[in-house]
Amino acid sequence: MTETVAYKKKDFVSDQEVRWCPGCGDYAILSSVQLAMTKLGKKKEDIVFVSGIGCSSRFPYYMNTYGMHTIHGRAPAFATGLKVHNPNLEVWQITGDGDGLSIGGNHLIHALRRNVDINIILFNNEIYGLTKGQYSPSSQYGLVTKSTPYGSVDRPFNVASLALGAGTTFFARTIDTDPKHMMAVFAEASKHKGTSIVEVLQNCVIFNDKVHDLYTNKDTRDDHTVRLEHGKPMVFGKEKNKGLRLNGFKPEVVTIGENGVTENDLLVHDENDEFLAHLLGNLKGEGLPVPLGVLKKMETPTYEMDMENQNMAIVEKKGQGDMTNLLNSGDTWVVN
Amino acid sequence: MSNERTSVVIRFSGDSGDGMQLTGTQFSNTSAVMGNDIATFPDFPAEIRAPQGTIAGVSGFQVHIGATEINTPGDEPDVLVAMNPAALKANLHAIKKGGTVIINIDAFTPLNFKKCGYAEDPRTTGELDSYQMIEAKITNQTLEALSSFDLDNKAKGRCKNFYALGMTYFMFGRELEPTIKWVQTKFGKKPILAEANIAALKAGRNFAETLEAVVSTYIPPAKIKPGKYRQINGNVATAWGFIQAAQASGLKLFLGSYPITPASDILHELSKHKNFGVKTFQAEDEIAAICSSIGASFGGALGITTSSGPGIALKGEAMGLAMMYELPLVVINVQRGGPSTGLPTKTEQSDLNQALFGRNGECPMIVVAASRPSDCFEMAFEASRLTLEHMTPVVLLTDGYIANGAEPWLIPDLKDNFNKINTKLIEEVDGDFLAYERDEKLVRPWAIPGVAGLEHRVGGIEKDDGTGNVSYDPENHQKMVKIRAEKVAKVAENIPLQNIEGDKSGDTLVVSWGGTYGSTHTAVDELRKEGHSVSLMHLKYINPMPSNVKDILKNFNNIVVAELNMGQLKDFMNAKFECNAVGINQVKGLPFKVSELKKRIIELSNNKSFKPVPESLEVGSQLEGRQ
Repeated sequence: MTETVAYKKKDFVSDQEVRWCPGCGDYAILSSVQLAMTKLGKKKEDIVFVSGIGCSSRFPYYMNTYGMHTIHGRAPAFATGLKVHNPNLEVWQITGDGDGLSIGGNHLIHALRRNVDINIILFNNEIYGLTKGQYSPSSQYGLVTKSTPYGSVDRPFNVASLALGAGTTFFARTIDTDPKHMMAVFAEASKHKGTSIVEVLQNCVIFNDKVHDLYTNKDTRDDHTVRLEHGKPMVFGKEKNKGLRLNGFKPEVVTIGENGVTENDLLVHDENDEFLAHLLGNLKGEGLPVPLGVLKKMETPTYEMDMENQNMAIVEKKGQGDMTNLLNSGDTWVVN
Repeated sequence: MSNERTSVVIRFSGDSGDGMQLTGTQFSNTSAVMGNDIATFPDFPAEIRAPQGTIAGVSGFQVHIGATEINTPGDEPDVLVAMNPAALKANLHAIKKGGTVIINIDAFTPLNFKKCGYAEDPRTTGELDSYQMIEAKITNQTLEALSSFDLDNKAKGRCKNFYALGMTYFMFGRELEPTIKWVQTKFGKKPILAEANIAALKAGRNFAETLEAVVSTYIPPAKIKPGKYRQINGNVATAWGFIQAAQASGLKLFLGSYPITPASDILHELSKHKNFGVKTFQAEDEIAAICSSIGASFGGALGITTSSGPGIALKGEAMGLAMMYELPLVVINVQRGGPSTGLPTKTEQSDLNQALFGRNGECPMIVVAASRPSDCFEMAFEASRLTLEHMTPVVLLTDGYIANGAEPWLIPDLKDNFNKINTKLIEEVDGDFLAYERDEKLVRPWAIPGVAGLEHRVGGIEKDDGTGNVSYDPENHQKMVKIRAEKVAKVAENIPLQNIEGDKSGDTLVVSWGGTYGSTHTAVDELRKEGHSVSLMHLKYINPMPSNVKDILKNFNNIVVAELNMGQLKDFMNAKFECNAVGINQVKGLPFKVSELKKRIIELSNNKSFKPVPESLEVGSQLEGRQ
């Protein structure tokens, strides 16, 4: 069944002119997704991109696959219906922090809870772009925007904690300035059987420029991000000499070589560890690095296959449905 | 002593935990099996278990059985079975003067009087003087009859509805066998419960036989079309109609739904039939429900979503999207009393405007409506046929009355009927594929994921005709809005011409639509027999309407539109045809009473003289028979 098809990036480029602002982080994500598609071993005609409303949600128009640009926040529901109807499809959902966390928050958590085998990419730029610069559910407290001229008093969601709390079986985080990392993470998400959600820290050059500067700037990024690798100790820093260690239940940053600390003292990443995933999901601030990579990957039966199997089991038990039999079932009587 | 009559209306009434729906259903089913025509009307509170003994907790089930064609559950019950004072208080005003009232005097206690607001025992106040009252110790007699059973008193007490049922079985010469058979199947695993219910049924029957006041009355079988029948209610018929449509089109049925009264039974029914390849998805909300169906539809399913008014309000944006996509989708609205939460368990037709206009932008949709419980099967099939053949969403309107109401149904032969729906699915194209290239009906092709070479994107942003690419061009938008409207208008060429019951011209044309058919049909039929020049046009296709409707209207002096809302179809028709229609409108959460309809039709026709019907015309000969 899995005959490999050799695609080039251009096979996934549609004939539509891309209309994001010059310098937008979305360009790099689009390019990485198109490249990732060549490596999935999936047929182009089996791939569907589904999106809601917002800058990121224009995405399907630029992919030369099947695509649905839907309505604000509801893409998970469209993607779920499509995947449940045809489990053979490779369904990707593109969303942003406004579309996915605000108007579509309900659909997102339920998609994650059900574990439908769809891949969600959430572009997180912590701002509404298409409506021209209002604060979003991931904007930092105090952010001055068009709708919060005196600073936002909304508290932001932590996307990782929200997704993990909703029961996602796969969570990863990547960043729009690192195409290689993005591609690798997208490929991992695709391979995962079950809902996968990838948060991309993405820059809105117009309304929230440099929001992720700490994690992208050459001078600061290495000391403020940690690249997770399954089975490897959590080492980071410009000099590759910093590490994460557990002190009781609290993670702390230590320096290798100081106070007798060695790599053996560090936390080792395990994608299958639910507890660790929650801990990593909460990692931010207080000098702690933001984890990039796959935080969690735990497989469990998917919603659509459970449904498929149930339907087949019922057919086995009752036989293929016959409408004439159904109409004549139960109490009937004959009038002469 | 026994005598015959042509029809009788009985209302069973008690606490919502008393099993009145079951009792009524048994009476109906037995009567149907005995060859009567029947119509039923379950009437229950929104609360599952409202406080016992209160008016709010009263649950009722009305059944009309007859030796002739029966189309309504009847205006005024001839018999009321009241299991407690609250049931008496809630229903007595509706009972025919001179009718029979059976009361369970074991429940006639000071406490129960207080609970439902009787200052004193109603048997002592004279308010029951106009009725023949039968007092029965229904609770105690049931316990007595079951004294030898190894059951606790609570379990024994639950059989009292069968005692009451037994009384009515004697009164109307009903056979016990069908109910006994049903009980034995139902309680197959608990034979003692089966035996207890049967004993209560027989005890009630035997008690009634001893009463001098009771004369057993027999209702002979009706002359109905020969064939094999079953009972069906509207929600089950709707579910089955969609399964059949999926079979006839070779598609898989996908239902995305969120629980809501009175539509949930369609979800329940379809979720039973996985061996037909049906997939049901209980979504997190109404919006997700419709969106999942549209997603499935994009993937090549027959996507449907079921709801009621409040849920449809939430679905509005997605309905517009399906219309922009030009994908098949059926949206079923089992209407209930509105607005807002309104009257969830009561019937109304007040969502017609919502179906016709309830979306942003220019967004016409095909709107069809089922006329009676069994017709839901046909109209679910029709809605599917139209959406698949025309690639645009369809709204199917039913209502709480026909959804829960049951009637005998001549089981259709699927070899000759309901057996083929053509879809617009394509596997390949000559030359370049254009997702929005249209045929002569303006319908686009349906290319689904999995088919190589037909990859395309759909969206809610205005699209260029042909390619489907995003287009903000002013001229293109105007063109596309017109095309989508014209596409819906062209559906008129693909639906049956409108029929008329009665003369093709005359003084008054009564217009009705949807679930009121039983009432309007009976009212017009009776008025014609009484010599009035009145005909009926009952619409099942509302947008577009059959192409001959305009000509039909020209042949009548008065157009009277009867509907369970404040005049929504009337206004629509006046806007469309300038036909000066007047309305008969009711929003009580209840179906029309035939007597009131007749009175209003006469009043509204009085500005013109009624012409007698020509003698040569056999009244009723053109009336649509039951299928």
